[in-house]
Amino acid sequence: MSVLVYIDSINGVAKNAQEAVFYGSKIAAEHGMETIVVTAGNSDNDTLSALGQYGAKKVIAHNNIELDSQQLTKLVTDVAKENNSSVVIFSQDLTGKAVAPRVAIRLEAGFVSGAIALPSNDFTVKVNAFSGKAYCNMKINSATRVISVSPNSLQPEAGEGTAEVQAESCDLGASRIIVKNKVEQTGEIALPEAELVVSAGRGLKGPENWGIVEDLAKALGAATACSRPVGDAGWRPHHEHVGQTGVAIRPNLYIAAGISGAIQHLAGVNQSKVIVVINTDPEAPFFKAADYGIVGDAFEVLPRLTAAVKAANL
Amino acid sequence: MKILVCISKSPDTTSKIGFTDNNTKFDVAGIQYIINPYDEWYALVKGIELKEANGGSVTTITVGTAADEPTIRKALAIGADEAVRIDAEATDAYFVAMQISEYAKDKAFDLILLGKETISYNGAQVGGMVAELLDTPYVSLASKLELNGTTASITREAKGGDELVEGNLPLVISAAKGMAEQRIPNMRGIMAARSKPLNVVAAVAVDALTSTVNFEMPAPKSGVKMIDPNNMDELVALLHNEEKVI
Ligand SMILES: Cc1cc2nc3c(=O)[nH]c(=O)nc-3n(C[C@H](O)[C@H](O)[C@H](O)COP(=O)(O)OP(=O)(O)OC[C@H]3O[C@@H](n4cnc5c(N)ncnc54)[C@H](O)[C@@H]3O)c2cc1C
Repeated sequence: MSVLVYIDSINGVAKNAQEAVFYGSKIAAEHGMETIVVTAGNSDNDTLSALGQYGAKKVIAHNNIELDSQQLTKLVTDVAKENNSSVVIFSQDLTGKAVAPRVAIRLEAGFVSGAIALPSNDFTVKVNAFSGKAYCNMKINSATRVISVSPNSLQPEAGEGTAEVQAESCDLGASRIIVKNKVEQTGEIALPEAELVVSAGRGLKGPENWGIVEDLAKALGAATACSRPVGDAGWRPHHEHVGQTGVAIRPNLYIAAGISGAIQHLAGVNQSKVIVVINTDPEAPFFKAADYGIVGDAFEVLPRLTAAVKAANL
Repeated sequence: MKILVCISKSPDTTSKIGFTDNNTKFDVAGIQYIINPYDEWYALVKGIELKEANGGSVTTITVGTAADEPTIRKALAIGADEAVRIDAEATDAYFVAMQISEYAKDKAFDLILLGKETISYNGAQVGGMVAELLDTPYVSLASKLELNGTTASITREAKGGDELVEGNLPLVISAAKGMAEQRIPNMRGIMAARSKPLNVVAAVAVDALTSTVNFEMPAPKSGVKMIDPNNMDELVALLHNEEKVI
């Protein structure tokens, strides 16, 4: 029996992929199983072998960056069957959202998505519920189990070890979804998985003022986000919009400048570990959800904070 | 063009959440239900737009009890032609996906649309499961969809930005922001919805594979600590030394 973890390995192994491997190996250790990673991407053997640090014993690598969700489903389910995997782990990232539900059906496995903690011994898994206002503990009752892990839910600890890398080139059939213009993955930090996020709202008055937001984000190595009216007005790209109708995130640090803190906004960010709010209005509702509050003008406070971050030389 | 749109309900975000029976059941008292916004604003309205442009029909499908009918009527008021309610409590995503695929499997829908996730659990499970059960390609997190005959051009979220993909119908597509604009039902739509068909179909026997053990409330925030706007060094020190997040 084994725990199988699927991760992407396109241009390297992202932090949320390391988290998924670490999560899988914790379960494997608890149940006396081995951790096997199956991956599609283009990363070299050394990069993949280093997943041994997070508990992977073996990495089965398919060298392809253009597999669609049905091809990936075949890859994962074939490897799961060959290795007698009773638990399959994904990161709840874009690939996980597309592939994990299919894999669950094909393996007749119960599936819990968006786990925010390790499961208990009987596979009860904690997830967010009701727009982050509560947690739900869900038990998987089937013999084979699929779990996708919410990014930033646990801190992977690197230990010793290297994994054996095995190339896999089985026929996965033809792709039925053709990518017409592939976006190059840039060095920019993807918002859904970011650990640090700097966000701003209508208080910034206009798109021309986002330089001070980006400066702070750059100094911290953070991703940028915005409130819905800012996305709707086209001041920022729509994928930066967080909240009930945008992206739900759970970074370690969420800095919000010029955002009032409406409940629909909070729904997407209230799982952040530390929230810092900068607002001119001391009565802004966001202060009630904040850990640190600054009553002040974002146009003055943001550059000051950027300077302080730079000066601290962290 | 036959379009099926999956509609589920969610408690309105402004609802106060509570539990009963020793935190094992969601307390529905005083909860205002809405159509899950991703299903309504993006999937349903897109389905209606495609019908308006290409002809055909929009059917909505909901797995739920009679208590869900007000939200189903709202979908009809927005412009769906007919609604199907699979008469059962939606126990888990697997159960729901099994019911939807069972209904859809011999009806030759060209497109099955649904929201990218519900706002209550953010699970993002049903679309992929239905696609797998029907052996159909699935494009998730789509923000744009154009049809050219039986070929669909879809813009979807990818790591690092949006990408354009193509596939042939039939397809299952999950809709995110950008797909369409919210439509507010008008009086005529609301009147028309009363006489549109809402077919109640018996559920097939399926055992859910997961169960809810209980709910928990997050620990209350210990209260906000105010920082002098002139002292950002203090904030940086707190975030670094106390919180250890930077
Ligand atoms: C069904 C529904 C879904 C929604 N979904 C979302 C969602 O997903 N995400 C979302 O964000 N919203 C959502 N909203 C909208 C939400 O209710 C709020 O309207 C929105 O979040 C407000 O955005 P804002 O805080 O940027 O703007 P405002 O509410 O206008 O707040 C601006 C804030 O900036 C402050 N300010 C002004 N000048 C300065 C300055 N110089 N320095 C510092 N502070 C300043 C003001 O005091 C104020 O608090 C939704 C609404 C509905 C009804």
